[in-house]
Amino acid sequence: MSISTLLENYSEFRHFHPVDDVPHNPYKWAMSIDLDACSGCNACSVACYAENNLPVVGREKYLHGQAMHWMRIERYWDEDGREFPDQGAQFLPMMCQQCEAAPCETVCPVGATNHTPDGINSQIYNRCIGSRYCSANCPYKVRYFNWYDYPTTDNVWPAEMNQQLNPDVTVRGKGVMEKCTFCIQRVTVAKNNAKSEGRLVHDGEVQTACQQACPTSAISFGNLVDPESRVHKQWQVQKVELDKDAQTKDKEEGGSDLRGYRILEELRPYPSVMYLERVRETAI
Amino acid sequence: MKDIREDIAWAQINKDVLKSLENPRRMYWVILFIAIAMVGVAVGCEVYQYTTGLGVANFSNPHVWGLYIATFIFWIGMSHSGTLLSAILHLMHADWRKPIYRFAEAMTTFSLMTAGLFVAVHLGRVWQIYYALPYPNMRQVWPNFQSPLLWDAMAIFTYLSSSILFLYVGMIPDLAICRDNMNPGWRKKLYTALALGWEGTDRQWRNFRVTYLTIACFLIPLAVSVHSIVASDFAMSQQPGWHITSFPPYFVAGALYSGCAAIITLFIILRYVFKFEEYMTMGILKKIVRLTFAIAMVWTYLNLIEYAAVWYGHDQAAKDVLIQKATGPYAPFWWAMNFCGSIVPLIMLFKRFQTHIPMMMAVSILLNLGMWLERWMIVAPTFSHGYYPWTWDHDQWPSLVQWGIVFGSFGWFGLLFMVFCKVFPSVSMYEVKEMVYHRSQATKKLEATGKMAAAGKGAH
Repeated sequence: MSISTLLENYSEFRHFHPVDDVPHNPYKWAMSIDLDACSGCNACSVACYAENNLPVVGREKYLHGQAMHWMRIERYWDEDGREFPDQGAQFLPMMCQQCEAAPCETVCPVGATNHTPDGINSQIYNRCIGSRYCSANCPYKVRYFNWYDYPTTDNVWPAEMNQQLNPDVTVRGKGVMEKCTFCIQRVTVAKNNAKSEGRLVHDGEVQTACQQACPTSAISFGNLVDPESRVHKQWQVQKVELDKDAQTKDKEEGGSDLRGYRILEELRPYPSVMYLERVRETAI
Repeated sequence: MKDIREDIAWAQINKDVLKSLENPRRMYWVILFIAIAMVGVAVGCEVYQYTTGLGVANFSNPHVWGLYIATFIFWIGMSHSGTLLSAILHLMHADWRKPIYRFAEAMTTFSLMTAGLFVAVHLGRVWQIYYALPYPNMRQVWPNFQSPLLWDAMAIFTYLSSSILFLYVGMIPDLAICRDNMNPGWRKKLYTALALGWEGTDRQWRNFRVTYLTIACFLIPLAVSVHSIVASDFAMSQQPGWHITSFPPYFVAGALYSGCAAIITLFIILRYVFKFEEYMTMGILKKIVRLTFAIAMVWTYLNLIEYAAVWYGHDQAAKDVLIQKATGPYAPFWWAMNFCGSIVPLIMLFKRFQTHIPMMMAVSILLNLGMWLERWMIVAPTFSHGYYPWTWDHDQWPSLVQWGIVFGSFGWFGLLFMVFCKVFPSVSMYEVKEMVYHRSQATKKLEATGKMAAAGKGAH
């Protein structure tokens, strides 16, 4: 199976990886991130903190690896032989890849993480018992656990600060797993609006917080099933396969103009996020 | 060297074993006190962790599992030898197991109970633990039957309940002996209730034998499947260093290995504490040591197979984890595990050491240290060296809270075990009598044939 399976016949793909009895689902939410446009400014990460009520854990816990950034910018220094101020870096915005065949979903003992029919890997906080098997099995390590009781004992949002919490999103308590939801609260509102007007969600009608905040518009989000959507077009243009050799050569050398990949695609989780950049064989 | 003296009177057996319920050596109270102190440490750590959050155990994003899961596997593994001794050797008619199977069976039950506690300690929201059980409910919300953790929960529950049943059923004739020999008091009432009116009639013995054999047959596949399922927690995942097909047999071998080593340790302790020198003899120790050595070699083989499969496989990530184990921050523990697991058992080859009590005590503890390290080396390095560089975290170490709870679990096990041995007969009286009887009959027969042969008769 290739990337085209996801693009062209989502329902059929879901037939192999069933989540529900919905035969023809009109939505498949997906993302594409243009790494050539990403400047690593972290605005997406900040927006995510604000939108999704993420606790700011402080320096000490951050250094312990207990940060709660659903959206994180991974920075990789170029090995170009230059010293720090001149040294180049590559950035990789990383959030839950909303895998279609998600490794986290099958292992949860209580079924707290599930696939929605429209392709979002959802997390049910009330059901989670905190076994952390999902995180153990996530190849991207994009699941974040509430190691402390942030809202109460840790008092991350003291009086008045709690006025800035987003009322559409729950504040998670101690001992549950959480992760990027593709801003499911916004998606749901848009879907409900569309449904009440008897239509489908238009492209661009729903934006994720990170997409909204991105100054270079590197992030696109939309419905992959809709052939007119920006995401669909980007995925369609960059119809890359697992065989990456086509991208490591220029067109004159027998390669192609394609750029794009999905991270760790060889593990076959079918991630829903496409990164647009040419695959190179070596670091810069 | 005989496994047991063949001229012990039956009344003497009763007397010796019943004495263990009343006046053990002073060492018993020392061990019990140390065990309680260790449990105290663990309870303190757990209270702190429960009220503050799992963060105090120094878990972090890649390191979501730690010593709790490693020690959980260790205790599950420990539980396997009771079944090996009492069920497998029972079916194979190896009668030397008879004086020692009772405490091995108790070890199974109590190590399973200890392992169960680690599930609770590990969970983020332990108060919702019943979500993992398929209990009937109005909203028809079921657990996820695909998850190896759910299989774990079911397998362990089944194994625990069956091994408690096995332990109890096997004890009924002995409980009747206790009942008949006790002065009135709470003990007498307890034994009377538990002995279920056992009188030793032919019919009771017949039913008893059939029941015991049935449970034994039921328990053997269960024991193998429990640890295979624990292995599936790792083998079914997609992580480098875990996604290995040979894990289930490897885990079962490791389980039998650590269990046998623990039997040697407890054998030596019980023998001294309860003055069981007549029953837990050097001949039997020699047999368990040889059995342990054989299992150690099976484990070593499967361990090397695992390394070879990873090394010659095409999975670069898994190979990196293996290299990381041997050279990274976990290297001292990894090498110690290989040393304790594969080199130390070679001491058991020497006949002189097979019955050398201090040496066997040291060896058995080292073997179990190695097996505990093995479990830790399965769990932790995979987290420290995941699929791609951003997820690498080589400097996260378990905090004192984790160490305290792991430390205390040994005390908890010791506490349960020691209390059991004081309340219930830890040597099976009726089976030792059988053993003595059969052995002496066999000797008589042998002597008779010998005499006949000497007299020139029966040469054909």
